[in-house]
Amino acid sequence: MTGHVPGKTLAAYARGELDDASSWTLEAHVDSCAVCVLRLADLAGPDVEAMVDAGRAGIGAHGPLAAPVRRRAWARTWRRWTSWSLVGPAVVTALALLAAFGLDREYPDRPSLVLLLAPVAPLTGLALAWSHHGDPGWETVAGTARAGLDLLLRRALVVLAAVVPPLAVVGWALGRAPALWLLPCLTFTSATLLLGSLIGVSRAAAVLGGGWVLAIATPAVVAGVSPVLIQPVSVPGWAVAGVLLPVLTLLRSGALRRLSSWR
Amino acid sequence: MIRAVSDSELQPPGYAWSVDAAGLQVRAGKHRAVDGLDLSLGTGVHGLLGPNGAGKTTLMRALSTVVKPDGGALRLLGTDVRRAGDLRQLRTRLGYLPQHFGFYPKFTVRDYVEYMAWLREMPKRSVPSATQRAIDRVGLTGRADSRLKSLSGGMLRRAGIAQAIVNDPAVLLLDEPTVGLDPEQRVEFRGLLRDLGADSCVVVSTHLVEDVVAACTDVVVMAAGSSVFQGVPSDLVRLGDHGGIGDSPAERGYSSLLQRHRGGA
Repeated sequence: MTGHVPGKTLAAYARGELDDASSWTLEAHVDSCAVCVLRLADLAGPDVEAMVDAGRAGIGAHGPLAAPVRRRAWARTWRRWTSWSLVGPAVVTALALLAAFGLDREYPDRPSLVLLLAPVAPLTGLALAWSHHGDPGWETVAGTARAGLDLLLRRALVVLAAVVPPLAVVGWALGRAPALWLLPCLTFTSATLLLGSLIGVSRAAAVLGGGWVLAIATPAVVAGVSPVLIQPVSVPGWAVAGVLLPVLTLLRSGALRRLSSWR
Repeated sequence: MIRAVSDSELQPPGYAWSVDAAGLQVRAGKHRAVDGLDLSLGTGVHGLLGPNGAGKTTLMRALSTVVKPDGGALRLLGTDVRRAGDLRQLRTRLGYLPQHFGFYPKFTVRDYVEYMAWLREMPKRSVPSATQRAIDRVGLTGRADSRLKSLSGGMLRRAGIAQAIVNDPAVLLLDEPTVGLDPEQRVEFRGLLRDLGADSCVVVSTHLVEDVVAACTDVVVMAAGSSVFQGVPSDLVRLGDHGGIGDSPAERGYSSLLQRHRGGA
């Protein structure tokens, strides 16, 4: 049979008047032809419709009680990147940056608070991304194949995606060179990962953040003198550290597969 | 449906025991919680019994490769767990339910099990069907699309078991899986255990002696960081013939074993 079933034959089949041999040929075609299935459905009499409805009701009675949910790919992707809570630290960091921006605008002669805040901005997010405080499923996650440097990098990227845009906005509004705020931010992120492989990521974030605030930021604000670390002179230093630290982290990546990195 | 069998599935395993520990030492903080443990486990359901503080959870953590052993040798499926480089491959074949298993309240059961399957690096195409199968096996089919925060304690525990078995692990580690299950669910769970133990190595840490006797092919009793007994459940029952406290012969056997260990130590 070429093409489709002639309308007259199809109508005869629907009425049940077609002979057996022709019915077989027709069924063999209809089985694999979407067009003829629809044409046949239009011709179906009330008895066929009643049979189909009964079948559908029967399936409904035995099938799952809940209606099937639509599964969206983006929802799954979103979950994979952000299973832990990120909204809290993101909001706090954005507000702190906004406050620092306001003060910088008011007092342009004082050390820039935005630049002093840039290195420690991602640390809260990092501390929560890889700890038993931030991720309730930490112990289950820590034992999986993906746990380790690549999952931590994935989470660090999410944190940076939340921190860098507000930093870029305030940096641009103040007319600061991107290297002055972006490089310290990235270098402190990789330093946290490296130290995290030794003492645990959230402890590392606390040590580095606390160290920066106590040793650099507070004296600078009190004395009113910009430390050399946030001046353009030290950009090459930040860049070298920003290259060296990830390499060292890569060498230490095995330790990030263990529970001790979640402390 | 006919499944294609890859050549790696047909190869002989190349190791004698799924879990093979010799003189194993593991630290929990500063305390050495597992000290000089020898253990060889093959296919089957192995019950891990012991009083609180005997080192069961620390041992389970070492077996799940999240804690690096301090000393001794530990090989899982022929892989040395001290070498971090080999862990990724090994972990795709492990299933682990921690004692304090945290969960994501907003995830549905299906989301959670799918997420764990993804973390275990299952092939993308097999994730949805494997997820459904794992949920069906623990009896949560009707609640598959409920959020985890709406589930009862026993259901949560079953969702935890589902995530542990989703990748059909060769070594399955369950730390206190029967906590929060009601008697009927525990009986069902024993059936699931027997089923799982048919072709993989299942290690179940528990306080409940009757669970071990009913569902395990093998019993390991731990005390003070080392193994004091390894044998079939009927051996434990036989020990209960001569004294010991408890309501069932197995409990008497267990308590007399611990008494003897404390007396000897």
